[in-house]
Amino acid sequence: MKALLQPARFLAPFAVAAASGTFLAAAGAVNPYWIQIFQLACITAVSALGLNVIYGFTGLFSLGHAAFYGIGAYTAAFLMKSYGGDSQLFFLASLLAGGAGAALVAWLVGLPALRLTSDYLGIATLGFGIIMKVLFDNADSFLPQLGGARGMTGIAKMTGFAWAVMFLGVSLLAVRNLIHSSYGRALLSIREDEVAAGSMGIDTFRYKMAGFVIGCSFAGLAGGLYAHLYVFLHPSNFDFFKSVDVLIIVVLGGLGNMSGTLIASFGWIFLLEGLRVILPPGYIELRWVLIPVLLIVTMLQRPQGLFGIREFPLLRGDPE
Amino acid sequence: MILLEAHGLAKRFGGINALNGVDLHLREGELVGMIGPNGSGKTTLFNVITGIYRPDRGSVAVEGKPITGLPPHRISRLGIARTFQNIRLFKNLSVMDNVGTACHSHVRYGPVSAVCRAERFYEGERELRDKVLDLLSLFSLQDRRGELAKNLPYGDQRRLEIARALASEPKILLLDEPAAGMNPSEVGKLMEFILEIRDRHRLTILLIEHQMRLVMGICERLVVMDFGEVIARGTPQEIRSDPRVIEAYLGQDSSKGN
Repeated sequence: MKALLQPARFLAPFAVAAASGTFLAAAGAVNPYWIQIFQLACITAVSALGLNVIYGFTGLFSLGHAAFYGIGAYTAAFLMKSYGGDSQLFFLASLLAGGAGAALVAWLVGLPALRLTSDYLGIATLGFGIIMKVLFDNADSFLPQLGGARGMTGIAKMTGFAWAVMFLGVSLLAVRNLIHSSYGRALLSIREDEVAAGSMGIDTFRYKMAGFVIGCSFAGLAGGLYAHLYVFLHPSNFDFFKSVDVLIIVVLGGLGNMSGTLIASFGWIFLLEGLRVILPPGYIELRWVLIPVLLIVTMLQRPQGLFGIREFPLLRGDPE
Repeated sequence: MILLEAHGLAKRFGGINALNGVDLHLREGELVGMIGPNGSGKTTLFNVITGIYRPDRGSVAVEGKPITGLPPHRISRLGIARTFQNIRLFKNLSVMDNVGTACHSHVRYGPVSAVCRAERFYEGERELRDKVLDLLSLFSLQDRRGELAKNLPYGDQRRLEIARALASEPKILLLDEPAAGMNPSEVGKLMEFILEIRDRHRLTILLIEHQMRLVMGICERLVVMDFGEVIARGTPQEIRSDPRVIEAYLGQDSSKGN
Protein backbone atom coordinates (compact mmCIF):
# COMPACT_ATOMS: atom_id res chain seq x y z
CA MET A 1 0.00 0.00 0.00
CA LYS A 2 3.04 2.23 0.13
CA ALA A 3 2.42 2.85 -3.54
CA LEU A 4 -0.62 4.97 -2.85
CA LEU A 5 0.85 7.03 -0.04
CA GLN A 6 1.81 10.02 -2.15
CA PRO A 7 -1.48 10.11 -4.09
CA ALA A 8 -3.43 9.89 -0.85
CA ARG A 9 -1.45 12.73 0.67
CA PHE A 10 -1.87 14.78 -2.50
CA LEU A 11 -5.63 14.26 -2.66
CA ALA A 12 -6.33 14.83 1.04
CA PRO A 13 -6.71 18.63 0.76
CA PHE A 14 -9.02 18.19 -2.22
CA ALA A 15 -11.16 15.77 -0.24
CA VAL A 16 -11.38 18.26 2.63
CA ALA A 17 -12.32 21.04 0.20
CA ALA A 18 -14.92 18.80 -1.45
CA ALA A 19 -16.48 17.86 1.88
CA SER A 20 -16.55 21.38 3.29
CA GLY A 21 -17.86 22.83 0.02
CA THR A 22 -20.64 20.27 -0.11
CA PHE A 23 -21.50 21.05 3.49
CA LEU A 24 -21.55 24.82 2.92
CA ALA A 25 -23.71 24.38 -0.16
CA ALA A 26 -26.13 22.13 1.68
CA ALA A 27 -26.31 24.58 4.57
CA GLY A 28 -27.18 27.32 2.09
CA ALA A 29 -24.26 29.46 3.23
CA VAL A 30 -23.11 30.17 -0.32
CA ASN A 31 -25.12 31.35 -3.27
CA PRO A 32 -25.82 28.24 -5.40
CA TYR A 33 -25.10 30.23 -8.53
CA TRP A 34 -21.51 30.82 -7.47
CA ILE A 35 -21.15 27.20 -6.45
CA GLN A 36 -22.12 26.25 -9.97
CA ILE A 37 -19.59 28.72 -11.38
CA PHE A 38 -16.92 27.26 -9.11
CA GLN A 39 -17.67 23.80 -10.47
CA LEU A 40 -17.48 25.11 -14.01
CA ALA A 41 -14.05 26.55 -13.18
CA CYS A 42 -12.88 23.15 -11.87
CA ILE A 43 -14.15 21.44 -15.01
CA THR A 44 -12.51 24.03 -17.25
CA ALA A 45 -9.27 23.53 -15.36
CA VAL A 46 -9.38 19.77 -16.02
CA SER A 47 -9.84 20.39 -19.75
CA ALA A 48 -7.17 23.11 -19.80
CA LEU A 49 -4.72 20.82 -17.98
CA GLY A 50 -5.27 18.40 -20.83
CA LEU A 51 -4.43 21.05 -23.40
CA ASN A 52 -1.40 21.99 -21.34
CA VAL A 53 -0.15 18.40 -21.63
CA ILE A 54 -0.66 18.61 -25.40
CA TYR A 55 0.62 22.10 -26.11
CA GLY A 56 2.51 23.24 -23.02
CA PHE A 57 4.42 20.05 -22.26
CA THR A 58 4.58 18.13 -25.54
CA GLY A 59 4.59 21.21 -27.79
CA LEU A 60 1.76 20.11 -30.11
CA PHE A 61 -0.33 23.04 -31.26
CA SER A 62 -3.97 21.94 -31.13
CA LEU A 63 -6.95 24.10 -32.07
CA GLY A 64 -9.54 21.36 -31.67
CA HIS A 65 -9.67 20.87 -27.93
CA ALA A 66 -13.35 21.78 -27.56
CA ALA A 67 -14.29 19.04 -30.03
CA PHE A 68 -12.85 16.43 -27.67
CA TYR A 69 -14.64 18.14 -24.78
CA GLY A 70 -17.82 17.75 -26.84
CA ILE A 71 -17.17 14.09 -27.63
CA GLY A 72 -16.84 13.39 -23.91
CA ALA A 73 -19.93 15.44 -23.10
CA TYR A 74 -22.18 13.76 -25.67
CA THR A 75 -20.83 10.28 -24.96
CA ALA A 76 -21.33 10.55 -21.21
CA ALA A 77 -24.71 12.27 -21.54
CA PHE A 78 -25.98 9.70 -24.02
CA LEU A 79 -24.91 6.73 -21.87
CA MET A 80 -26.27 8.23 -18.69
CA LYS A 81 -29.55 9.32 -20.26
CA SER A 82 -30.13 5.97 -21.97
CA TYR A 83 -29.03 3.52 -19.28
CA GLY A 84 -27.89 5.30 -16.15
CA GLY A 85 -30.96 6.54 -14.28
CA ASP A 86 -29.55 8.26 -11.23
CA SER A 87 -26.80 5.80 -10.32
CA GLN A 88 -23.65 7.55 -9.11
CA LEU A 89 -21.56 4.54 -10.08
CA PHE A 90 -22.95 4.52 -13.59
CA PHE A 91 -22.26 8.25 -13.75
CA LEU A 92 -18.60 7.61 -12.99
CA ALA A 93 -18.54 4.90 -15.64
CA SER A 94 -20.14 7.28 -18.17
CA LEU A 95 -17.56 9.93 -17.42
CA LEU A 96 -14.75 7.43 -17.95
CA ALA A 97 -16.42 6.29 -21.15
CA GLY A 98 -16.52 9.93 -22.30
CA GLY A 99 -12.81 10.24 -21.58
CA ALA A 100 -12.11 6.96 -23.36
CA GLY A 101 -14.23 8.02 -26.34
CA ALA A 102 -12.29 11.26 -26.66
CA ALA A 103 -9.03 9.31 -26.33
CA LEU A 104 -10.03 6.87 -29.05
CA VAL A 105 -10.97 9.65 -31.47
CA ALA A 106 -7.76 11.50 -30.58
CA TRP A 107 -5.79 8.40 -31.47
CA LEU A 108 -7.54 8.11 -34.84
CA VAL A 109 -7.00 11.81 -35.56
CA GLY A 110 -3.43 11.58 -34.37
CA LEU A 111 -2.46 8.77 -36.71
CA PRO A 112 -2.32 11.07 -39.73
CA ALA A 113 -2.23 14.50 -38.01
CA LEU A 114 0.74 13.93 -35.69
CA ARG A 115 3.00 13.39 -38.68
CA LEU A 116 2.56 17.11 -39.23
CA THR A 117 4.49 19.73 -37.32
CA SER A 118 3.46 22.85 -35.39
CA ASP A 119 1.36 25.17 -37.57
CA TYR A 120 0.17 22.43 -39.88
CA LEU A 121 -0.99 20.38 -36.93
CA GLY A 122 -2.90 23.45 -35.72
CA ILE A 123 -4.73 23.69 -39.03
CA ALA A 124 -5.47 19.95 -39.09
CA THR A 125 -6.96 19.99 -35.58
CA LEU A 126 -8.89 23.15 -36.48
CA GLY A 127 -10.40 21.29 -39.42
CA PHE A 128 -11.24 18.35 -37.19
CA GLY A 129 -12.98 20.72 -34.76
CA ILE A 130 -15.15 22.12 -37.53
CA ILE A 131 -16.09 18.62 -38.71
CA MET A 132 -17.09 17.67 -35.18
CA LYS A 133 -19.23 20.81 -34.84
CA VAL A 134 -21.10 19.83 -38.01
CA LEU A 135 -21.45 16.32 -36.66
CA PHE A 136 -22.90 17.58 -33.36
CA ASP A 137 -25.30 19.85 -35.30
CA ASN A 138 -26.63 16.89 -37.23
CA ALA A 139 -26.26 14.22 -34.56
CA ASP A 140 -30.06 13.82 -34.26
CA SER A 141 -30.24 12.30 -37.71
CA PHE A 142 -28.53 9.14 -36.48
CA LEU A 143 -29.22 9.31 -32.74
CA PRO A 144 -32.37 11.36 -31.99
CA GLN A 145 -31.50 11.49 -28.27
CA LEU A 146 -28.51 13.75 -29.02
CA GLY A 147 -30.78 16.56 -30.15
CA GLY A 148 -28.61 17.94 -32.94
CA ALA A 149 -28.83 21.67 -33.52
CA ARG A 150 -31.76 22.01 -31.14
CA GLY A 151 -29.58 20.87 -28.30
CA MET A 152 -29.68 17.83 -26.03
CA THR A 153 -32.08 17.93 -23.11
CA GLY A 154 -33.17 15.56 -20.40
CA ILE A 155 -29.71 15.03 -18.93
CA ALA A 156 -29.71 14.27 -15.21
CA LYS A 157 -28.06 16.75 -12.86
CA MET A 158 -25.29 14.53 -11.52
CA THR A 159 -22.21 16.72 -11.23
CA GLY A 160 -21.92 18.04 -7.72
CA PHE A 161 -19.31 20.10 -5.92
CA ALA A 162 -17.47 17.00 -4.70
CA TRP A 163 -17.30 15.44 -8.16
CA ALA A 164 -15.85 18.59 -9.71
CA VAL A 165 -13.25 19.14 -6.99
CA MET A 166 -12.16 15.50 -6.84
CA PHE A 167 -11.77 15.23 -10.61
CA LEU A 168 -9.68 18.36 -10.56
CA GLY A 169 -7.54 16.87 -7.77
CA VAL A 170 -7.04 13.58 -9.56
CA SER A 171 -6.21 15.35 -12.83
CA LEU A 172 -3.63 17.55 -11.15
CA LEU A 173 -2.13 14.52 -9.43
CA ALA A 174 -1.93 12.54 -12.65
CA VAL A 175 -0.37 15.35 -14.67
CA ARG A 176 2.05 16.31 -11.92
CA ASN A 177 3.23 12.74 -11.35
CA LEU A 178 3.50 12.02 -15.04
CA ILE A 179 5.43 15.18 -15.88
CA HIS A 180 7.89 14.66 -13.03
CA SER A 181 8.91 11.23 -14.28
CA SER A 182 10.98 9.82 -17.09
CA TYR A 183 7.84 9.73 -19.26
CA GLY A 184 7.25 13.41 -18.63
CA ARG A 185 10.85 14.22 -19.56
CA ALA A 186 10.31 12.32 -22.80
CA LEU A 187 7.31 14.55 -23.60
CA LEU A 188 9.22 17.71 -22.70
CA SER A 189 12.21 16.71 -24.80
CA ILE A 190 9.94 16.51 -27.86
CA ARG A 191 8.73 20.03 -27.21
CA GLU A 192 12.30 21.22 -26.81
CA ASP A 193 13.85 19.54 -29.84
CA GLU A 194 12.19 16.68 -31.64
CA VAL A 195 15.25 15.73 -33.70
CA ALA A 196 17.51 15.58 -30.67
CA ALA A 197 14.88 13.64 -28.71
CA GLY A 198 14.71 11.00 -31.44
CA SER A 199 18.48 10.70 -31.53
CA MET A 200 18.51 10.15 -27.76
CA GLY A 201 16.24 7.13 -28.09
CA ILE A 202 12.82 8.74 -27.56
CA ASP A 203 10.17 7.26 -29.86
CA THR A 204 8.87 10.70 -30.80
CA PHE A 205 5.76 9.62 -32.70
CA ARG A 206 4.67 7.33 -29.90
CA TYR A 207 5.14 9.96 -27.21
CA LYS A 208 3.49 12.69 -29.26
CA MET A 209 0.56 10.32 -29.61
CA ALA A 210 0.61 9.59 -25.89
CA GLY A 211 0.64 13.30 -24.99
CA PHE A 212 -2.16 14.05 -27.44
CA VAL A 213 -4.36 11.13 -26.37
CA ILE A 214 -3.89 11.78 -22.65
CA GLY A 215 -4.61 15.49 -23.07
CA CYS A 216 -7.74 14.83 -25.12
CA SER A 217 -9.01 12.25 -22.63
CA PHE A 218 -8.89 14.96 -19.95
CA ALA A 219 -11.06 17.11 -22.22
CA GLY A 220 -13.46 14.16 -22.63
CA LEU A 221 -13.74 13.65 -18.86
CA ALA A 222 -14.32 17.35 -18.32
CA GLY A 223 -16.98 17.35 -21.05
CA GLY A 224 -18.94 14.63 -19.25
CA LEU A 225 -18.85 16.61 -16.01
CA TYR A 226 -19.99 19.71 -17.88
CA ALA A 227 -22.95 17.90 -19.47
CA HIS A 228 -24.21 16.78 -16.08
CA LEU A 229 -23.68 20.18 -14.49
CA TYR A 230 -25.71 22.27 -16.94
CA VAL A 231 -27.98 19.35 -18.02
CA PHE A 232 -28.22 20.82 -21.52
CA LEU A 233 -25.79 20.45 -24.43
CA HIS A 234 -25.68 22.58 -27.52
CA PRO A 235 -23.18 22.22 -30.40
CA SER A 236 -22.19 25.89 -30.02
CA ASN A 237 -20.63 24.96 -26.66
CA PHE A 238 -18.02 22.94 -28.54
CA ASP A 239 -17.10 25.10 -31.50
CA PHE A 240 -13.83 26.68 -32.52
CA PHE A 241 -14.24 29.64 -30.18
CA LYS A 242 -14.43 27.33 -27.18
CA SER A 243 -11.15 25.76 -28.28
CA VAL A 244 -9.65 29.22 -28.33
CA ASP A 245 -10.94 29.89 -24.80
CA VAL A 246 -8.99 26.91 -23.48
CA LEU A 247 -5.95 27.92 -25.50
CA ILE A 248 -6.09 31.41 -23.98
CA ILE A 249 -6.23 29.90 -20.49
CA VAL A 250 -3.19 27.71 -21.14
CA VAL A 251 -1.11 30.48 -22.69
CA LEU A 252 -2.18 32.99 -20.05
CA GLY A 253 -1.23 30.63 -17.24
CA GLY A 254 2.07 29.81 -18.88
CA LEU A 255 2.88 26.94 -21.23
CA GLY A 256 3.94 23.91 -19.29
CA ASN A 257 2.85 25.39 -15.98
CA MET A 258 0.16 23.55 -14.01
CA SER A 259 -0.33 26.22 -11.35
CA GLY A 260 -0.79 28.82 -14.05
CA THR A 261 -3.42 26.74 -15.82
CA LEU A 262 -5.27 26.30 -12.54
CA ILE A 263 -5.25 30.01 -11.70
CA ALA A 264 -6.04 31.09 -15.24
CA SER A 265 -9.01 28.70 -15.44
CA PHE A 266 -10.54 30.09 -12.27
CA GLY A 267 -9.64 33.66 -13.24
CA TRP A 268 -11.17 33.27 -16.69
CA ILE A 269 -14.46 31.74 -15.51
CA PHE A 270 -14.92 34.07 -12.57
CA LEU A 271 -13.99 37.10 -14.63
CA LEU A 272 -16.58 36.23 -17.27
CA GLU A 273 -19.27 35.79 -14.64
CA GLY A 274 -18.05 38.56 -12.38
CA LEU A 275 -18.28 41.11 -15.19
CA ARG A 276 -21.83 39.96 -15.77
CA VAL A 277 -22.62 41.07 -12.23
CA ILE A 278 -20.51 44.22 -12.20
CA LEU A 279 -21.41 45.69 -15.59
CA PRO A 280 -24.77 47.51 -15.79
CA PRO A 281 -27.53 45.63 -17.62
CA GLY A 282 -27.38 46.25 -21.33
CA TYR A 283 -23.59 46.67 -21.24
CA ILE A 284 -22.72 43.07 -20.47
CA GLU A 285 -21.23 42.49 -23.90
CA LEU A 286 -18.59 45.07 -23.00
CA ARG A 287 -16.93 41.98 -21.50
CA TRP A 288 -15.63 41.23 -24.96
CA VAL A 289 -13.90 44.58 -25.06
CA LEU A 290 -12.49 44.48 -21.55
CA ILE A 291 -11.22 40.90 -21.67
CA PRO A 292 -9.22 41.25 -24.89
CA VAL A 293 -7.64 44.45 -23.56
CA LEU A 294 -6.75 42.61 -20.39
CA LEU A 295 -5.27 39.77 -22.43
CA ILE A 296 -3.14 42.10 -24.49
CA VAL A 297 -1.82 43.87 -21.41
CA THR A 298 -1.08 40.58 -19.64
CA MET A 299 0.76 39.15 -22.62
CA LEU A 300 2.82 42.31 -23.00
CA GLN A 301 3.71 42.34 -19.32
CA ARG A 302 4.16 38.61 -18.81
CA PRO A 303 4.77 36.84 -22.13
CA GLN A 304 5.96 33.74 -20.27
CA GLY A 305 2.52 33.43 -18.65
CA LEU A 306 1.29 34.49 -15.23
CA PHE A 307 3.43 32.00 -13.37
CA GLY A 308 6.48 31.66 -15.58
CA ILE A 309 8.19 28.49 -14.41
CA ARG A 310 7.21 28.65 -10.74
CA GLU A 311 4.73 26.11 -9.41
CA PHE A 312 2.69 25.76 -6.23
CA PRO A 313 4.63 23.56 -3.76
CA LEU A 314 2.10 20.76 -4.21
CA LEU A 315 2.80 20.63 -7.95
CA ARG A 316 6.61 20.76 -7.87
CA GLY A 317 8.79 17.74 -8.55
CA ASP A 318 9.94 15.39 -5.82
CA PRO A 319 12.69 16.85 -3.65
CA GLU A 320 16.20 15.57 -4.44
CA MET B 1 35.82 -6.51 -35.60
CA ILE B 2 33.84 -4.14 -37.80
CA LEU B 3 31.21 -2.35 -35.73
CA LEU B 4 29.66 -0.03 -38.26
CA GLU B 5 29.60 -0.50 -41.97
CA ALA B 6 28.08 1.81 -44.56
CA HIS B 7 27.99 0.81 -48.16
CA GLY B 8 27.28 2.90 -51.26
CA LEU B 9 25.27 5.57 -49.45
CA ALA B 10 23.62 8.12 -51.70
CA LYS B 11 21.38 11.04 -50.82
CA ARG B 12 20.09 13.76 -53.14
CA PHE B 13 18.53 17.07 -52.15
CA GLY B 14 16.91 18.54 -55.25
CA GLY B 15 19.73 18.82 -57.74
CA ILE B 16 22.52 18.33 -55.23
CA ASN B 17 24.20 15.00 -54.62
CA ALA B 18 24.86 15.42 -50.90
CA LEU B 19 26.17 11.87 -50.73
CA ASN B 20 27.26 9.99 -53.79
CA GLY B 21 28.22 6.41 -53.07
CA VAL B 22 29.95 6.67 -49.69
CA ASP B 23 31.54 3.61 -48.09
CA LEU B 24 32.64 3.74 -44.50
CA HIS B 25 33.53 1.28 -41.79
CA LEU B 26 34.47 1.63 -38.15
CA ARG B 27 36.36 -1.06 -36.28
CA GLU B 28 35.66 -1.56 -32.61
CA GLY B 29 37.52 0.94 -30.44
CA GLU B 30 38.73 3.11 -33.30
CA LEU B 31 38.84 6.89 -33.24
CA VAL B 32 38.24 8.10 -36.76
CA GLY B 33 38.16 11.67 -37.96
CA MET B 34 36.21 13.00 -40.90
CA ILE B 35 37.33 16.15 -42.64
CA GLY B 36 36.40 18.01 -45.79
CA PRO B 37 35.16 21.39 -46.96
CA ASN B 38 31.82 22.79 -45.85
CA GLY B 39 29.00 21.21 -47.83
CA SER B 40 30.99 18.10 -48.67
CA GLY B 41 28.39 15.82 -47.04
CA LYS B 42 29.90 15.06 -43.64
CA THR B 43 26.87 16.05 -41.57
CA THR B 44 24.52 14.48 -44.12
CA LEU B 45 26.40 11.23 -43.60
CA PHE B 46 25.84 11.54 -39.83
CA ASN B 47 22.15 12.22 -40.45
CA VAL B 48 21.85 9.16 -42.66
CA ILE B 49 23.66 6.91 -40.18
CA THR B 50 21.49 8.09 -37.27
CA GLY B 51 18.24 7.73 -39.20
CA ILE B 52 17.32 11.40 -39.50
CA TYR B 53 17.50 11.02 -43.28
CA ARG B 54 16.71 7.87 -45.20
CA PRO B 55 19.34 7.25 -47.89
CA ASP B 56 18.24 7.06 -51.54
CA ARG B 57 20.61 4.16 -52.08
CA GLY B 58 23.04 2.14 -50.01
CA SER B 59 22.96 0.45 -46.64
CA VAL B 60 24.18 0.88 -43.09
CA ALA B 61 24.75 -1.99 -40.68
CA VAL B 62 25.73 -2.14 -37.01
CA GLU B 63 27.44 -5.35 -35.92
CA GLY B 64 26.18 -6.91 -39.14
CA LYS B 65 22.54 -5.96 -38.50
CA PRO B 66 21.07 -3.70 -41.19
CA ILE B 67 19.74 -0.42 -39.80
CA THR B 68 19.00 1.39 -43.06
CA GLY B 69 15.69 3.21 -42.87
CA LEU B 70 15.08 2.60 -39.16
CA PRO B 71 13.75 5.59 -37.19
CA PRO B 72 16.30 7.50 -35.07
CA HIS B 73 15.15 6.09 -31.71
CA ARG B 74 15.64 2.51 -32.88
CA ILE B 75 19.11 3.31 -34.13
CA SER B 76 19.89 5.03 -30.83
CA ARG B 77 18.86 1.89 -28.95
CA LEU B 78 21.19 -0.19 -31.13
CA GLY B 79 24.05 1.81 -29.69
CA ILE B 80 24.69 4.89 -31.82
CA ALA B 81 24.67 8.29 -30.13
CA ARG B 82 25.58 11.67 -31.52
CA THR B 83 26.05 15.36 -30.91
CA PHE B 84 25.03 18.13 -33.27
CA GLN B 85 27.01 20.75 -35.11
CA ASN B 86 24.65 23.53 -33.97
CA ILE B 87 24.17 22.39 -30.36
CA ARG B 88 20.70 20.88 -29.90
CA LEU B 89 20.19 20.72 -26.16
CA PHE B 90 16.77 20.70 -24.51
CA LYS B 91 17.19 24.38 -23.70
CA ASN B 92 14.45 24.83 -21.13
CA LEU B 93 15.22 21.67 -19.20
CA SER B 94 17.75 21.44 -16.40
CA VAL B 95 21.21 20.00 -16.97
CA MET B 96 20.10 16.96 -15.02
CA ASP B 97 16.95 16.43 -17.08
CA ASN B 98 18.87 16.81 -20.34
CA VAL B 99 21.02 13.85 -19.41
CA GLY B 100 18.14 12.02 -17.74
CA THR B 101 16.08 12.14 -20.94
CA ALA B 102 18.72 10.14 -22.77
CA CYS B 103 18.41 7.42 -20.10
CA HIS B 104 14.72 7.00 -20.86
CA SER B 105 15.06 3.87 -22.96
CA HIS B 106 16.72 2.13 -20.00
CA VAL B 107 14.17 3.21 -17.42
CA ARG B 108 12.67 0.38 -15.40
CA TYR B 109 9.24 1.59 -14.32
CA GLY B 110 6.04 2.11 -16.27
CA PRO B 111 3.83 5.19 -16.57
CA VAL B 112 1.30 3.70 -14.14
CA SER B 113 4.00 3.28 -11.47
CA ALA B 114 4.93 6.91 -12.10
CA VAL B 115 1.39 8.22 -11.66
CA CYS B 116 0.78 6.09 -8.54
CA ARG B 117 4.28 6.85 -7.22
CA ALA B 118 4.92 3.17 -6.61
CA GLU B 119 8.11 1.99 -4.92
CA ARG B 120 9.43 0.94 -8.34
CA PHE B 121 9.21 4.54 -9.46
CA TYR B 122 11.34 5.80 -6.58
CA GLU B 123 13.87 3.01 -7.08
CA GLY B 124 14.05 3.68 -10.81
CA GLU B 125 14.48 7.42 -10.32
CA ARG B 126 17.17 6.90 -7.68
CA GLU B 127 19.08 4.61 -10.01
CA LEU B 128 18.71 7.05 -12.88
CA ARG B 129 19.78 9.95 -10.71
CA ASP B 130 22.95 8.17 -9.60
CA LYS B 131 23.82 7.38 -13.18
CA VAL B 132 23.23 10.96 -14.30
CA LEU B 133 25.28 12.39 -11.42
CA ASP B 134 28.16 10.03 -12.23
CA LEU B 135 28.16 11.25 -15.80
CA LEU B 136 27.88 14.90 -14.80
CA SER B 137 30.82 14.65 -12.44
CA LEU B 138 32.89 13.08 -15.21
CA PHE B 139 32.16 16.26 -17.18
CA SER B 140 32.56 18.56 -14.13
CA LEU B 141 28.98 19.67 -14.55
CA GLN B 142 27.63 18.34 -11.26
CA ASP B 143 27.47 21.76 -9.64
CA ARG B 144 25.37 23.09 -12.46
CA ARG B 145 22.87 20.26 -12.45
CA GLY B 146 19.89 22.42 -11.51
CA GLU B 147 20.50 25.11 -14.11
CA LEU B 148 18.61 25.34 -17.36
CA ALA B 149 20.71 24.18 -20.28
CA LYS B 150 20.23 27.48 -22.12
CA ASN B 151 21.90 29.37 -19.27
CA LEU B 152 25.18 27.43 -19.47
CA PRO B 153 28.25 28.98 -21.07
CA TYR B 154 29.01 27.74 -24.56
CA GLY B 155 31.78 25.29 -23.65
CA ASP B 156 29.62 23.70 -20.96
CA GLN B 157 26.81 23.32 -23.46
CA ARG B 158 29.13 21.41 -25.80
CA ARG B 159 30.23 19.15 -22.97
CA LEU B 160 26.66 18.65 -21.78
CA GLU B 161 25.73 17.48 -25.26
CA ILE B 162 28.44 14.83 -25.11
CA ALA B 163 27.30 13.81 -21.62
CA ARG B 164 23.74 13.47 -22.89
CA ALA B 165 24.92 11.32 -25.79
CA LEU B 166 26.83 9.03 -23.39
CA ALA B 167 23.78 8.61 -21.19
CA SER B 168 22.10 6.51 -23.85
CA GLU B 169 24.93 3.97 -23.34
CA PRO B 170 26.21 3.92 -26.91
CA LYS B 171 28.86 1.75 -28.48
CA ILE B 172 29.45 4.25 -31.24
CA LEU B 173 29.66 7.99 -30.64
CA LEU B 174 29.38 10.45 -33.51
CA LEU B 175 30.67 13.93 -32.70
CA ASP B 176 29.81 16.73 -35.11
CA GLU B 177 32.43 19.47 -34.73
CA PRO B 178 32.95 19.09 -30.98
CA ALA B 179 35.63 21.79 -30.91
CA ALA B 180 33.68 24.42 -32.85
CA GLY B 181 34.03 27.80 -31.19
CA MET B 182 36.59 26.65 -28.61
CA ASN B 183 39.85 28.44 -27.87
CA PRO B 184 43.19 26.57 -28.11
CA SER B 185 43.38 25.65 -24.42
CA GLU B 186 39.80 24.37 -24.47
CA VAL B 187 40.62 22.31 -27.56
CA GLY B 188 43.58 20.80 -25.72
CA LYS B 189 41.35 19.79 -22.82
CA LEU B 190 38.73 18.44 -25.19
CA MET B 191 41.32 16.22 -26.91
CA GLU B 192 42.36 14.63 -23.62
CA PHE B 193 38.75 14.32 -22.68
CA ILE B 194 37.72 12.50 -25.88
CA LEU B 195 40.53 9.99 -25.36
CA GLU B 196 39.50 9.54 -21.74
CA ILE B 197 35.84 8.84 -22.45
CA ARG B 198 36.75 6.48 -25.24
CA ASP B 199 38.76 4.34 -22.86
CA ARG B 200 36.39 4.63 -19.95
CA HIS B 201 33.22 3.83 -21.93
CA ARG B 202 34.91 1.55 -24.48
CA LEU B 203 33.61 3.67 -27.33
CA THR B 204 34.18 3.73 -31.03
CA ILE B 205 34.25 7.36 -32.11
CA LEU B 206 33.73 9.06 -35.45
CA LEU B 207 34.17 12.80 -35.37
CA ILE B 208 33.79 15.64 -37.82
CA GLU B 209 36.16 18.50 -37.14
CA HIS B 210 37.84 21.40 -38.85
CA GLN B 211 40.49 22.02 -36.22
CA MET B 212 43.49 20.20 -37.65
CA ARG B 213 45.29 20.14 -34.34
CA LEU B 214 42.53 17.98 -32.87
CA VAL B 215 42.08 15.79 -35.92
CA MET B 216 45.77 15.19 -36.48
CA GLY B 217 46.44 14.91 -32.76
CA ILE B 218 44.05 12.19 -31.65
CA CYS B 219 42.52 10.44 -34.67
CA GLU B 220 44.01 7.14 -35.68
CA ARG B 221 42.50 7.18 -39.12
CA LEU B 222 41.02 9.90 -41.30
CA VAL B 223 38.35 9.97 -43.96
CA VAL B 224 38.29 12.95 -46.30
CA MET B 225 35.12 13.96 -48.11
CA ASP B 226 34.51 16.32 -51.00
CA PHE B 227 31.35 16.79 -53.08
CA GLY B 228 29.59 13.88 -51.41
CA GLU B 229 32.37 11.40 -52.03
CA VAL B 230 35.23 9.99 -50.03
CA ILE B 231 38.37 11.26 -51.74
CA ALA B 232 40.97 9.82 -49.40
CA ARG B 233 41.43 7.55 -46.38
CA GLY B 234 44.46 6.85 -44.26
CA THR B 235 46.50 7.77 -41.21
CA PRO B 236 46.96 11.45 -40.41
CA GLN B 237 50.48 11.31 -41.90
CA GLU B 238 49.25 9.87 -45.17
CA ILE B 239 46.40 12.36 -45.40
CA ARG B 240 48.64 15.33 -44.67
CA SER B 241 50.73 14.60 -47.74
CA ASP B 242 47.97 13.40 -50.06
CA PRO B 243 47.88 15.80 -53.02
CA ARG B 244 44.11 15.41 -53.57
CA VAL B 245 43.41 16.37 -49.96
CA ILE B 246 45.75 19.33 -50.12
CA GLU B 247 44.00 20.45 -53.29
CA ALA B 248 40.45 20.05 -51.97
CA TYR B 249 40.77 20.99 -48.35
CA LEU B 250 44.03 21.50 -46.54
CA GLY B 251 45.74 23.99 -48.82
CA GLN B 252 49.42 24.30 -49.60
CA ASP B 253 50.72 25.36 -46.19
CA SER B 254 49.31 22.51 -44.19
CA SER B 255 52.28 20.20 -44.64
CA LYS B 256 54.35 22.69 -42.67
CA GLY B 257 52.49 21.99 -39.47
CA ASN B 258 49.22 23.25 -37.89
